[in-house]
Amino acid sequence: MAEKPRLKLPKEAKKGEIIEIKTLLPHIMESGQRKDKDGKPIPRKIINKFVCEFNGKAVFVASLEPAIAANPYMQFHATVEESGTFKFSWTDDDGVIITAEETITVT
Amino acid sequence: MRPLSRRAALALGAAGAALAFIGLGRRASAAAKEAADMIAKFTGGKTAEQGKISIELPEIAENGNTVPLSISVDGSMTSDNYVSEALVVADGNPNPGVATFQFSPLSGKAEASTRIRLATTQNIIVVARTSKGEFFTNQKLVKVTIGGCGG
Repeated sequence: MAEKPRLKLPKEAKKGEIIEIKTLLPHIMESGQRKDKDGKPIPRKIINKFVCEFNGKAVFVASLEPAIAANPYMQFHATVEESGTFKFSWTDDDGVIITAEETITVT
Repeated sequence: MRPLSRRAALALGAAGAALAFIGLGRRASAAAKEAADMIAKFTGGKTAEQGKISIELPEIAENGNTVPLSISVDGSMTSDNYVSEALVVADGNPNPGVATFQFSPLSGKAEASTRIRLATTQNIIVVARTSKGEFFTNQKLVKVTIGGCGG
């Protein structure tokens, strides 16, 4: 089973502030280019999509290819005008979606 | 069979190396073409203007398995005019696609950082689109000591 994602963002911010968000999901990101010891290709298994939403609105979306390194790391920004919840989701090639949430207080 | 003379063995080796080199060259140019096709698809055939994008990458990546990449697109991020998307391609990887980032006015800044895999020394090309349909591009060469695509 997939491991827990790691999130780093402030708990509090001022209205209109641009905050920095860092996320990391432990994942092998098997590229599909590698071969096992018998020379058979190892099938691709990557996180192909990352989505960050704030109060239901898309903030940042990344479509990922096998060229993203293992344990996909994403750093991006968000403008916050109100308190609310950030929702993060990672979609695996096998259809599994891993999610995480974090709230922020905006004053 | 008569054992190979030293000279013949050397000649064979050189021919082999030359062949391998041609093979690699062909593969690299195919990737570059695929990268160009991806960009053309992204822009819909429009010409992207040079500039407005900064790409941060190490000049020499010792380990192609994980290379830090930061891109930043200079532009307004208001709801009626913002940087909406950025395509990142690597023109020497087996698959040139790296990532597509979609920004929104809520992003505040059209900036993203991640870590990427690079098979060999190559160009990283970024093409950005604004909500008004303008395109900007920039690229950066990165030297890779050990490729990161497994074998």
